[in-house]
Amino acid sequence: MYELKQDWMPPERPQSYCLEDYEGGAPRWCPGCGDLAVLSALQRYVRDQQLPPEKIVVVSGIGCSSRLPHYVKAYGFHGLHGRALPVACGVRSRRPDLHLFVATGDGDCCAIGTAHWIHAIRYNMNMTVMLLDNNIYGLTKMQSSPTTGKGHYSNTHPGGAPLSAINPLLTTLSITNASFVAQTADWNPPHLYATLAAAHAHKGLSFVRVLQRCPHFMAGYFDELQKDPSLVRLLTHENGIAVDPAVQKAFPNRVEHDPGDLAGAMKFAGDRETHPIGLLYRNDQAESYDTFMASGLGTPANVKVAAIERELDRFTI
Amino acid sequence: MSVPKANEQAGTPRARLAQVVNQHIVEIVSDSGEGAQTCGQMFGTISAKMGNGVWTVEIIPAEIEPPFRSRAGASGNRIRVGKGVVTNMGDQADLVVAFNEQVLYSRIDVDAIARGAHILLESKWKDDRSEDIREAYAAALADFESRGFIVHEVPMETECLKVVSDARRGKNMWILGALSAIYERDVSLIDAELERKFKRKGQKVIDSNVNLVRAGYDWADANIDLRYRIPVAPTNVPTVVMNGNTAVGLGVMAAGMELCSMYPITPATSASHYLAGSFSKVGGVVHQAEDEIAAIGFALGASYAGKTPVTITSGPGLALKTEFIGFAVMAELPIVIVDVQRGGPSTGLPTRVEQGDLLAALFAAPGDAPKIVMAPATIEECFHFMVTARKLAESFRGPVLVLTDANLATGQQNFPRPEVREEWIAPPIDQSAWDRDVRPYDWDGATGLSERPVPGQKGGNFVLTGLAHDENSRVAYESAINQHSMEARSRKLAALRKTLKTPDVYGDDTGDLLVVGWGSTLGAIEEAVDRLREEGRRVSSLHLRFLSPFEPGLREIFSRFKKVMTVEINYSDDPSFGDARRLAQLAWLLRSETLVDVDCWSQVPGTPLAPGIIADVVRSRLSENGSAAAAGAR
Ligand code: SF4
Repeated sequence: MYELKQDWMPPERPQSYCLEDYEGGAPRWCPGCGDLAVLSALQRYVRDQQLPPEKIVVVSGIGCSSRLPHYVKAYGFHGLHGRALPVACGVRSRRPDLHLFVATGDGDCCAIGTAHWIHAIRYNMNMTVMLLDNNIYGLTKMQSSPTTGKGHYSNTHPGGAPLSAINPLLTTLSITNASFVAQTADWNPPHLYATLAAAHAHKGLSFVRVLQRCPHFMAGYFDELQKDPSLVRLLTHENGIAVDPAVQKAFPNRVEHDPGDLAGAMKFAGDRETHPIGLLYRNDQAESYDTFMASGLGTPANVKVAAIERELDRFTI
Repeated sequence: MSVPKANEQAGTPRARLAQVVNQHIVEIVSDSGEGAQTCGQMFGTISAKMGNGVWTVEIIPAEIEPPFRSRAGASGNRIRVGKGVVTNMGDQADLVVAFNEQVLYSRIDVDAIARGAHILLESKWKDDRSEDIREAYAAALADFESRGFIVHEVPMETECLKVVSDARRGKNMWILGALSAIYERDVSLIDAELERKFKRKGQKVIDSNVNLVRAGYDWADANIDLRYRIPVAPTNVPTVVMNGNTAVGLGVMAAGMELCSMYPITPATSASHYLAGSFSKVGGVVHQAEDEIAAIGFALGASYAGKTPVTITSGPGLALKTEFIGFAVMAELPIVIVDVQRGGPSTGLPTRVEQGDLLAALFAAPGDAPKIVMAPATIEECFHFMVTARKLAESFRGPVLVLTDANLATGQQNFPRPEVREEWIAPPIDQSAWDRDVRPYDWDGATGLSERPVPGQKGGNFVLTGLAHDENSRVAYESAINQHSMEARSRKLAALRKTLKTPDVYGDDTGDLLVVGWGSTLGAIEEAVDRLREEGRRVSSLHLRFLSPFEPGLREIFSRFKKVMTVEINYSDDPSFGDARRLAQLAWLLRSETLVDVDCWSQVPGTPLAPGIIADVVRSRLSENGSAAAAGAR
């Protein structure tokens, strides 16, 4: 049911993996947490693609969402707060063969990891980055995050967050070399799935912001969006993310947007009244650091020794 | 343009009799930007090529853009040339070339020049248009003579202008020629160096430099009545000459590492510059990250993916990396971290030497994070320790810190050419299926060692984490599991220690005093010990290469000496502070390791330690030892 096209069939493989093959430890998120939807979409997607679990690496930082690697039965790297992206870039640097997914949160990516976020976009290495944005710190129990809306109550700002939130979409779009920027919502699994699929298929860094519900500390925060569909603008285009009728029904406020149009993408991303859902921007021509990093991979040992000998010649007296 | 052949002109035997010396220390100082560094380094290289031992040290200006002709601006090079192996910068200079008299004062201020030293001084300032400059020059000249220096006024600029139009850019080569005459250097070797150095700039530049060298040579030959001959100790082993940062870079390649992830920081950066130029020849890449944290994070990503990386940094960078170093200990990820120590705390003395990061290297991490810490003592070891460090990082599955310092990083030394072996280079990542019965942290009870699956290996899937975890990498909060896993990680150091050999004592095995050092001070300490032993004093020394874990047998060695003291380039209080005294860093560690009342002497002059000062300190501590202060020993 989640396939992009009805007539699409997975290629035949010697081994076929089922959902269970991707199931790691039992998720320990709160009931109703949006992270569960992301986990399930990811597992379904890799199952549908029949990606060998040993070829998948899920990297994360610290936070609720960063627990995600523990729940996927693949290779995982649950690292340090804010540092998922440099680690993922390092994995990618010498291993073009792996399928790389990054789970990061709004605190992780947009506060402590901001510098890495900006530079990872610039490096544009092939990976799928999922920003699970619940607009609050959940793991450490409700402190304001950089995406918490102005005036919203938190433990660090009992009188309401004093400043406006930063806009991760606008920020990402404005970084040189942005190559894939999309937004989706945890409460619409088909769109979430389709977004991950498009992101994974894209060569380069795909940045997917997921509007993620935290019923525990941000109960009802996205209710308005769910109740009033006019607040969400569904971006569609033949070069965008494929939407099936169910998605269109859920987000009836629909606009055509060519993802090649950066100015248009910024307009939708910066609109204070509505939230865009869909592919804002894609540039298949963006430069990628992968090419630079992968140069020289697999140089045989004897070639290396000969090169070092030549280097030593330069210093020999 | 035809250039005279070396033997037609320069190499002809001269009537003057050269004075034979076993070693000499030459300094070249100028305002920064006048090329004294290049001149000094080339003089060192040529001397090494002629078979002498050399050790060069950079003289670095105190300010980034010092005013012209100021004491703060002295820039240049000290070159110690000797008959056999030269292991340190020595004490006071015997011959100094100064492009103006003011920069010379900065060297006089730090007592770097011997009484009786010869000074070749640019004389153009005596006819300067500014009266102030003329007066300063005359006053300095009188002052230098009253201090016992022998000044030779040299019309460097005037002579250079006979050959080139811009004397400021040619003086250094002219001086190289003059020094070559005084030290009987073979100028044809300089031609080859110039050829190599300026190849990209074209034949005109090469010729103009060759002419400058010739002119300087001829002028000095005719006008300076000084000749020194430094005998060479014959050797038939092939020899290389380079600085410590280059040695680190070459070592990284020879160790088979393919990724250097770094963020620019003085004085570590030039190691990555070297790699940036040469790494691609072995299929390696340098990643310049957005910050120090990203640099090590990126490296650890590559490590997780099966490629042991190196990150090269200095004190402030090490401070930023510590969270990830703790992570690498916890998650057991191999990585080599080179810390080229500089003066601290904080941004401290960015270009100058210190050994102040030892305790930080051992302990600066969230929680108790046992890790391997090594310190090469020579430039040769900077190369070989990279190979060892990688091997240890992989075998013991964790970070290995290698502490060098600004003295090793920028000093040049000659040493036997390493024989690179193919087995040092990494085998390709093993991607064969993982044995499902082996857990990702199947800690061996005796050694704490375990095998690690690498992404791509079927059936090896696991989630690496910095949280407390069990053998399956399952996040675990149970106290018994935490105790057990901490034990496994700690046991690795004990296991490594069992494989290390007891370090050799330099000098007799017993005596009145044992000097213990680490890192770049080796040469100066051993030279001091030699001098003291010639005086009949019962002094020996011990140099430690492993700081975590320590090499075995220290307590037993210490028991054979009446007194043990460390000599280090970090801060410690004078013994007069009594109980309130803060100790030097190695002394602190050795006390807890051996329960011996280890004394210490340390200093933070921002320069390498000279053998003379170490010998003086030991003499005074020995005489204290004869008095009531002996109670403080052991
Ligand atoms: S605190 Fe919020 S984000 Fe964290 S698990 Fe619970 S619902 Fe999810």
